[in-house]
Amino acid sequence: MKKEVYINSIGSVSVQKTFNNSEFLNEIVDYEGISVKAVDPNYKEYIPPAAARRMAKGIKMSAVSSQNAMKEAGLENVDAIIVGTGLGCLGDSEKFVRDLLDNDEQYLTPTKFIQSSHNTVAGSIALDMGCKGYNFTYVHSNISFESSLWDAKLQLANNEAENILVGAVDEVVDHHVITHQFIEHIKKEPVSMRDVLNSGTKGIVFGEGSHFFVLSNKRQQSTYSKLLDMGIYNTLSNDEVSETIRHFVEKNGVSIKDLDGVILGNNGDLEHDTIYHELGTSLFLEIPQLVYKHLSGEYDTASGFAFWMANKIFKTGKVPEILRWNNVQIDRPKRLLLYNQYRGKNHSLVLLEKC
Amino acid sequence: MNQGVAITGMGMISAIGNNVAENYASLISGKTGISKIRHIRTVHENETMVAEVPMTNGDLETVLGLGPDTLSRTPLLGIIAVKEALDQAGIKDILAYRTGLISGTTVGGMDKAEQYFYDYYESDAHWNHINGLHAGDSTQKIAEAIGLSKSFVTTISTACSSAANAIMLGARMIKSGELDRVIVGGSDSLSKFTINGFKTLMILSDTYNTPFDENRKGLNLGEAAAFLILESDEIVSKQNKKVLAYVKGYGNANDAFHQTASSEHGDGAVLAMEKALKVAGIPPSQVDYINAHGTATPNNDLSEGRAILRVFKDKIPEFSSTKPFTGHTLAVAAGVEAIYSVLSIQNNVIYPNLNFKTPMSEFNLVPETQLKNKEINTVLSNSFGFGGNCSTLIFTKEG
Repeated sequence: MKKEVYINSIGSVSVQKTFNNSEFLNEIVDYEGISVKAVDPNYKEYIPPAAARRMAKGIKMSAVSSQNAMKEAGLENVDAIIVGTGLGCLGDSEKFVRDLLDNDEQYLTPTKFIQSSHNTVAGSIALDMGCKGYNFTYVHSNISFESSLWDAKLQLANNEAENILVGAVDEVVDHHVITHQFIEHIKKEPVSMRDVLNSGTKGIVFGEGSHFFVLSNKRQQSTYSKLLDMGIYNTLSNDEVSETIRHFVEKNGVSIKDLDGVILGNNGDLEHDTIYHELGTSLFLEIPQLVYKHLSGEYDTASGFAFWMANKIFKTGKVPEILRWNNVQIDRPKRLLLYNQYRGKNHSLVLLEKC
Repeated sequence: MNQGVAITGMGMISAIGNNVAENYASLISGKTGISKIRHIRTVHENETMVAEVPMTNGDLETVLGLGPDTLSRTPLLGIIAVKEALDQAGIKDILAYRTGLISGTTVGGMDKAEQYFYDYYESDAHWNHINGLHAGDSTQKIAEAIGLSKSFVTTISTACSSAANAIMLGARMIKSGELDRVIVGGSDSLSKFTINGFKTLMILSDTYNTPFDENRKGLNLGEAAAFLILESDEIVSKQNKKVLAYVKGYGNANDAFHQTASSEHGDGAVLAMEKALKVAGIPPSQVDYINAHGTATPNNDLSEGRAILRVFKDKIPEFSSTKPFTGHTLAVAAGVEAIYSVLSIQNNVIYPNLNFKTPMSEFNLVPETQLKNKEINTVLSNSFGFGGNCSTLIFTKEG
């Protein structure tokens, strides 16, 4: 007998002010640029200042979001920690390579190398918490977070664990931004938050963030939602997307029109948003369509922001106007589908139901 | 409940061979792959020894029919190994069943990223590698090379236990019916990044590594790719497939002690081994051979040795580390050693722990130093990494 999988708590640090769980996009951070950094919480409340000094940004953001998620779930420890990250603490990797090249492989120190290890966030949370349980890090571009969710769901449904801390984290790094501008994966010209999704230009605006959640097979007071099902596909041709989504939804005993909304991964890249635009005028025409990457920026684990947002919508029953992509009325949504892809690859589907 | 997951194919490339058969031949003839560094230009070339795959990128590209400088070394090695594994498993139509690919890597495309770090600003000659830094990109390149589309493809990076965790996840996915078959393992190429990183940690040996020896001086870095094919019982019986061995047990735990070092008494390692034995449903006494992590760093071998003593008490099975053959292949270590474990079971043989002379002062543990023939039904393989990651796999002859 498979167990249900619940989302019992959330924690987030992002380009928006998401670190306070009592708020839900009350004030919107506007920006104009090609990359945008996270709003810093008061790290001192979470990390001893001496330790914080040499800490990579990804570790710092994750200390805050993971502690917030643990606190809200009322837990001191968990059975497993699973983190998704496209590039890990890339800032430290970049600095280590730069130092190595500039100084002819001399005078290097270990901290940046250690923090370059992709699993450094999962490791440091385990260390802080004293968690000796299962510890995994997934690093597969824009399904890094979804791979983590998948693994957690597998363990919870099979009753191999009761509480799992699942997270998603990535950082903005200049070298990465500039080189990806060369190949037009990141926009050449700055664009504003309000315009990015309709920019009509190639590439994305790069963002960063850390999102953590406690998933459990026990429902409790704090529970937000239930994770009904997931799909991960490394590639789908454009004409397979619609049918794959329909099939996924229907195998869960519902039809597209039973969904209260779909959260789409539009990121303002002229070349690759067409997939969402086509779905928006066909498969999803009659249901509410929501978007978020104008608020979060695009990065490998930006879908963690969508997961955070879906759960906030369930809890508050509210859908801020800035998230709406079409004009279909959305009222107290109970069932949301999340669909994401990046540059036509690594498609993911997540089906959530309000608790 | 304790049903094993069938292994039907294996493929690898390492410093001691371009395929599984060559690796085995080197293992039983005591031929090491460790030498002075040849392919990478580094100021540390006289202070360290490594285990490089002899083929250059150009050689690999020729074998694969690719143009020059198409891919980073990580996917090049990976494609070679995956193709061999698919051949052995007799898989022709990759999309015939729900097939997944789970790979472990630590560096991804770092070899190209460090090489062209500043060149990217000068010209567009190497821009094809910019997106290759993503660890996941190397896995996707492997998926493309074998025509795997519309499928579950992911990448794990838990430092030196990555491939163990890829094998573990694959086995769990097959067991729970989420996939019918899955390609699991890892690929990692050598880079200046890792050579210098390990150098700053002061755990590189300037000579041949000597696991579990009192006078061990550290590890030799290596590079490799190693993949196994796991298939469901249904496919195995329907196609009457030859099963090479089974993934019977797996355990993952965190040492929660230090970002890079292992705890003095190997708490994480003990937990990983105990979990794996529990999943396998066997007592420690049933283990015929331990393929140890045995990196030859002062810290690992002490911690792992103590952990083995805690789990196996006064009945320690024969054990050895194969790192003196292959070097420490980082993310792939557990993939390389999974294949060696299966070969041990198939051939009833225990590999020598080369270069061992003096037992460690802290305990009375002596690895096998000669090739030994013995009926092998069960092998336990350890892999530990940065971030406190500890993983154990158990392989058996019977399901």
